[in-house]
Amino acid sequence: MSHGSPGPTVERWTGSVAPVPETESRPSLVSARGLVKRFGEFTAVDGIDFEILAGESFGFLGPNGAGKTSTMKMVSCVSPPTAGDLRVLGKDPRTHGPEIRARLGLVPQEDALELELSLMDNLVMYGRYFDLPRAEIRARAVKLLEFTQLSERANDKADDLSGGMKRRLTIARSLVSEPDLLILDEPTTGLDPQARHLVWERLYRLKSEGVTLIITTHYMDEAEQLCDRLVVMDRGRIVAHGAPRDLIAEHSTREVLELRFGLGGHGPHVASVADLAVRVEELPDRLLLYVDDGDEALAAVHARGLLPESALVRRSTLEDVFLRLTGRTLVD
Amino acid sequence: MAVEPGIHTERGAAQPRLGWAPWRRALSYHVVFWRRTWRASIVSSFLYPLLYLASMGLGVGKLVNSHSGGVQGVPYVDFVAPALLAMTAMQIASNESMWPVLASFKWTRSYWTAVATPVRPRDLVAAKLTWVAIHVAMVAVIYTTILAAFNTLLSPWAILLPLAGVLTGLAFAAPLAAYVATQQNERSFPIFYRFAIIPMFLFSGSFYPISQLPSWLQVVVQFVPLYHGVALCRTLALGQGTLAATVYHIAFLAVLAGVGTWLCLRNFRRRLEV
Repeated sequence: MSHGSPGPTVERWTGSVAPVPETESRPSLVSARGLVKRFGEFTAVDGIDFEILAGESFGFLGPNGAGKTSTMKMVSCVSPPTAGDLRVLGKDPRTHGPEIRARLGLVPQEDALELELSLMDNLVMYGRYFDLPRAEIRARAVKLLEFTQLSERANDKADDLSGGMKRRLTIARSLVSEPDLLILDEPTTGLDPQARHLVWERLYRLKSEGVTLIITTHYMDEAEQLCDRLVVMDRGRIVAHGAPRDLIAEHSTREVLELRFGLGGHGPHVASVADLAVRVEELPDRLLLYVDDGDEALAAVHARGLLPESALVRRSTLEDVFLRLTGRTLVD
Repeated sequence: MAVEPGIHTERGAAQPRLGWAPWRRALSYHVVFWRRTWRASIVSSFLYPLLYLASMGLGVGKLVNSHSGGVQGVPYVDFVAPALLAMTAMQIASNESMWPVLASFKWTRSYWTAVATPVRPRDLVAAKLTWVAIHVAMVAVIYTTILAAFNTLLSPWAILLPLAGVLTGLAFAAPLAAYVATQQNERSFPIFYRFAIIPMFLFSGSFYPISQLPSWLQVVVQFVPLYHGVALCRTLALGQGTLAATVYHIAFLAVLAGVGTWLCLRNFRRRLEV
């Protein structure tokens, strides 16, 4: 680079404090160009581009039917793309499916565990699909059950587990092959808050150990907690991409004031608060005021003699980004 | 600060392999399940045929033998015994290829779990049919031994009975699994039992020679798979039958198994690679 000349390297950093774009330092594990998936007349994925780098945690955010799962199935080399270019671990899924899948871990939307078998047998059976020696699988399974906090249940039937435990077992199963890339399709959908936090915590640990994660979700908090970068999908297309914080900064304000005005409807109030906010969204049950200082805006609302039944100041989330981009909420 | 051991920091020595015969991986699935359920299957696999054998040999057999001196020149029990092996093969094969296959697509979703790994749809087909063959062979070997112990086997060709059972089993398993792979529910399954399995059981020359049937029905029976399984097993057990007829029975069953396997490969792929 500088070939021994000292000093001037500093000048390269002028103008920006942002780190060097990661594309230059990390290999790309998944890259898609113009990726399309059609089922008959229906277009589930409508020409999307994305790039996922080694070691990052990448999210696909969107409501049900946005095309997330179809995208995941193509990336996991289960479902062949209808059109476009897709590379996973540098290879073409159309021609190298088994080779690629040998290095992937998949947590599908439905657990699909063998409910009649013990937890240990579930892991052993799955490991056999990768042609790993039984003794090695068992050794890994012991560690994985510990990791997912299921050690005490190792010999119980999978059927006896709670929903959150089944999810953790599915995650343990996906790790038996020590994958380079772990794909999680809605990892916490249907779990209670406590179970969700436990799953997040385990995923966070995997991430910190350098495992590349791909996560689909329609939960904002999940995406914000786990994803370094994400794309927002809607109706088969990518409508935004970036780091969660950047997306919020770009498409929303710092804070949001939520106002509930009881049964009279919110429509009449929109005009009376419109000038207090950068933007006002009217939802069936509340008004959202996009502002930089929520408390200040609330004081102004009160000063105008408006008396909402309840008011809440919160920071902006990806939910607000999605609402802004699509005009719809994520979970209907 | 206590640090929990990293789950992913050390890589084990073993890496996923893409060696020979990937279908072997899917086979262990069937073995694991069989180990858990074989006790229950013993009843239908052995007990029923043995009860039939006892009932036919002691009851019907005594009647037949005293009236006409047996069937085709052999005691009635010797006539019926090899047919029961063919029927058992049919039963095992259809039980293995209907509900379990649909369940693996629809309810347990085991096939979807498998194809997310290096396993391919064709490996699942190979594993399934191999497993049916192994399962039928296990039962047929024991069954043949029992028949030999009861002195019902009259020809040294009887040593090939397990193979005839396996061929009969595959002639049912492959087309059935191919059909089930196109189904979304099990509604048609009982109909298949009522209108295919049971009539085949009764009209395939298992309990009497098909020469006893009206001539038009004898023609129909020529197209019934179980008839060829029964006839093949009987030929081997009794040492009767012409070479041409034997080749025909084998060819009929082999074509069913072959075409069925091809359809399985196609239908499993269509269903799983969407």
